[in-house]
Amino acid sequence: MLDNSLSDEATRQFQICNSCRYCEGYCDVFPQLFSLPEMSAAQATHLANLCHNCRGCYYACQYAPPHEFDLNLPAVLAELRQDTWERHALPQALARVFHAHGVAVAAALIAGFALLFFAMAALRPEAGEGFYAYLSHNAMVLIFAPAFVLPLLGLALSLRSYWREIGGGWVTLADLTRMGGSVARMKNLSGGAGQGCNFEKGSRYSNARRHAHQATLWGFLMCFAATSVATLMHYGLGWEAPYPFWSPPKLLGVPGGILLCLGTGALAWLKLRADPELGAARVWGGEMAFVLLLFTVSATGLALYAATGTAAVPALLAIHLGAVFAFFVLTPYTKMVHGFYRMAALMRRR
Amino acid sequence: MSQYDVVVIGGGNAALCAAIEAAEAGADVVILESAPEHMRGGNSRHTRNFRCMHQGPLSVLTDTYDEAEYYEDLLRVTKGQTDPELARLAIRESETCLPWMERHGVIFQGSLSGTLSLDRTNAFFLGGGKALVNAYYACAEDLGVTIRYNAEVRHIDLSEGRFSAAVLADGTRVEGRAVVLASGGFQADLDWLTRAWGPEAANFLIRGTPYNRGVVLRDVLDQGAVSVGDPTQCHCVAIDGRAPKFDGGIVTRLDCVPYALVVNRDGARFYDEGEDVWPKRYAIWGRLVARQPDQIAYAITDQKAQGLFMPPVFAPVKADTIEGVAQLLGLSGDSLRQTVAEYNAACRDGTFTPGVLDGLATDGLDPPKTNWARPLDTPPYYGYMLRPGVTFTYLGLKVTERAQVQGAHGLLPNVWAAGEIMAGSILGQGYLAGFGMTIGTVFGRIAGQEAAAYVG
Ligand SMILES: Cc1cc2nc3c(=O)[nH]c(=O)nc-3n(C[C@H](O)[C@H](O)[C@H](O)COP(=O)(O)OP(=O)(O)OC[C@H]3O[C@@H](n4cnc5c(N)ncnc54)[C@H](O)[C@@H]3O)c2cc1C
Ligand code: SF4
Ligand code: SF4
Repeated sequence: MLDNSLSDEATRQFQICNSCRYCEGYCDVFPQLFSLPEMSAAQATHLANLCHNCRGCYYACQYAPPHEFDLNLPAVLAELRQDTWERHALPQALARVFHAHGVAVAAALIAGFALLFFAMAALRPEAGEGFYAYLSHNAMVLIFAPAFVLPLLGLALSLRSYWREIGGGWVTLADLTRMGGSVARMKNLSGGAGQGCNFEKGSRYSNARRHAHQATLWGFLMCFAATSVATLMHYGLGWEAPYPFWSPPKLLGVPGGILLCLGTGALAWLKLRADPELGAARVWGGEMAFVLLLFTVSATGLALYAATGTAAVPALLAIHLGAVFAFFVLTPYTKMVHGFYRMAALMRRR
Repeated sequence: MSQYDVVVIGGGNAALCAAIEAAEAGADVVILESAPEHMRGGNSRHTRNFRCMHQGPLSVLTDTYDEAEYYEDLLRVTKGQTDPELARLAIRESETCLPWMERHGVIFQGSLSGTLSLDRTNAFFLGGGKALVNAYYACAEDLGVTIRYNAEVRHIDLSEGRFSAAVLADGTRVEGRAVVLASGGFQADLDWLTRAWGPEAANFLIRGTPYNRGVVLRDVLDQGAVSVGDPTQCHCVAIDGRAPKFDGGIVTRLDCVPYALVVNRDGARFYDEGEDVWPKRYAIWGRLVARQPDQIAYAITDQKAQGLFMPPVFAPVKADTIEGVAQLLGLSGDSLRQTVAEYNAACRDGTFTPGVLDGLATDGLDPPKTNWARPLDTPPYYGYMLRPGVTFTYLGLKVTERAQVQGAHGLLPNVWAAGEIMAGSILGQGYLAGFGMTIGTVFGRIAGQEAAAYVG
């Protein structure tokens, strides 16, 4: 069910913005808002997913609370976004639990550890090199292929339903390029003029969150690429792990892991300093847990690499793979979905 | 009790510019702002742009806007009621202000959608005036300026013919070697406004901060400072009648009048709605509405006018008949129907062109509607409410070109003033969009420099 009270509240605030327009230059939300002949719940949902929560429009707003107009666009749009993600998730119940509750994310992480320790104990291979000495390649595929594919499938269905709701049509190359350019530069966290957003420093601008986010994004993509390349090398070239440092998986994975570690660490630190009331306050714990989960994935990955050849490897391997497992499985039910919805919103034709 | 080099009274644009200049010159500065932190910045936080002279493209400004043209624009709105020396100084200095503002954290954006006509003359602040004020506060903090919120100044001690201290509401004395008065006009003091204008003013809405009550202005005038500007006048525009009493700001504007029929409480028309385009008439309409019974007016449009003006923040009432609209607005259905019928009968054929003076006038109607006169005949009909909204008052302190305040017996040696509190010398009448911030920036900077040099 679409939460009408949220889209009504967003519409009320949008109407005030439409008469004011002072924030036009901050982000993509305002120009799109001002060009709309009429606001609808679907348009509000779209604009909410376009908003990057830079908070510029809150600190600049002469109508922010306690003014009776009570403008807090970043918060209402965050709530509306959150509602979109939970409403379109399959099943919704899981999304409601994991989005909001850090404890649930932690429990999933522990379950991941347990699963991997158990698998390694139960399926210990006779022979094998590197990590495969502890868990065979086939066992890994057996565990991770479904943990990767099923959530992505679910997410794809959710996105399709969102895309229909906001009336997104065919996507052209131009839409894709525009989206790509915007994501690559995190344009909507630039404050419009490169001064950055208003996150950890209140009414002062800062690029810290933009940089931390980009480190996280690029780090994640490099780690993902490392795994993909390794899979191709395994099946395509018959070149099996362990790979030496001067090989594509390691050259992507090590710097990627470091970036991801630094990026998520910084994001968590910044989040502690920002005002929770300018976001979806009720899911603060779930968001924080998600950032820390990504941090755990990258930090344990790096630790595992550093421990190569030591007795710590089997335990670290179980922990790292357990974290990766939890991360994959939770993808459709955590903050991870924001990236997909955001890309969809950026791609939608204006 | 505390002691500073320069005490700055107020926390809006003029005050901040003065504080920053003085602090950069090495002075130990305190800002006394009567508002709490979340309301800091006075009327400056409601602004969107400042008017800037430029000899070629400058930052977001296109083309050229030279001194002569700027000055002519000013003379047109003030009908000559301006101090030419001060006005030309403000205009000339505005050009150096823009880069100064950028250096101190103000970010500009291209002119807002719907305001293309200003993209040559006015530089818009990204995020509006509150973002500008935020940037200046951050800058002042970084320069070590002491900032005190909730610090309403009740009295300026000029007892020896010179400034010695500002006295706060709780009796605290903040001593200093020089003072910059930048506490705005008196428009938020409704008692003063009614004494000056008449009892009608009790029904006026105040577009900006409730903190500009003219306490400091009154106090120094009472101590013999020389005044300028008409003490009875305020800049009064027609705004949405449902706006809050204070602080409604820019969004309470209502642009429908040229495409509407406007009546008073008794359902009678009282002025030509189509005399000119709205940006040139909204100030006149403030006064017109102020003279109507209960200081209220109602604008009626039909379906045809929808989309011709910016949608207002407060949704209009809507009905399928004129009587229906009258009822929703609390007007007599009979008189409104009759007024509309007379008006409709006076409309003639012709081409309607919104946005430009199309000459489509009524025939034999008094008062006439001289442009955009189309009959009200396509339901649904819409009803809007108009009230006078006060932007600022004209009474101010007389200052020199160095922003120094004129006392009863000559210049006060260590007292400067900037912004609205002295703008009356330049804007004796009328208003030029974006000029308030120009005056505040130019004279705020001068006042800060002079005060710092004095204590130097
Ligand atoms: C809705 C609106 C929109 C406007 N838009 C524009 C625009 O786009 N461009 C433009 O140029 N002009 C605009 N103006 C006019 C502009 O706001 C003023 O000209 C300008 O802000 C004046 O600056 P100032 O620093 O003198 O006064 P203010 O910014 O009003 O600051 C006065 C300060 O003094 C403080 N104060 C008052 N009394 C005391 C006291 N006793 N003790 C301590 N502190 C006190 C107040 O709290 C406030 O901080 C607009 C005005 C309004 C109302
Ligand atoms: S957030 Fe506030 S300042 Fe920004 S456009 Fe909306 S109403 Fe105006
Ligand atoms: S929070 Fe930032 S991105 Fe979101 S609407 Fe406001 S200015 Fe735009």
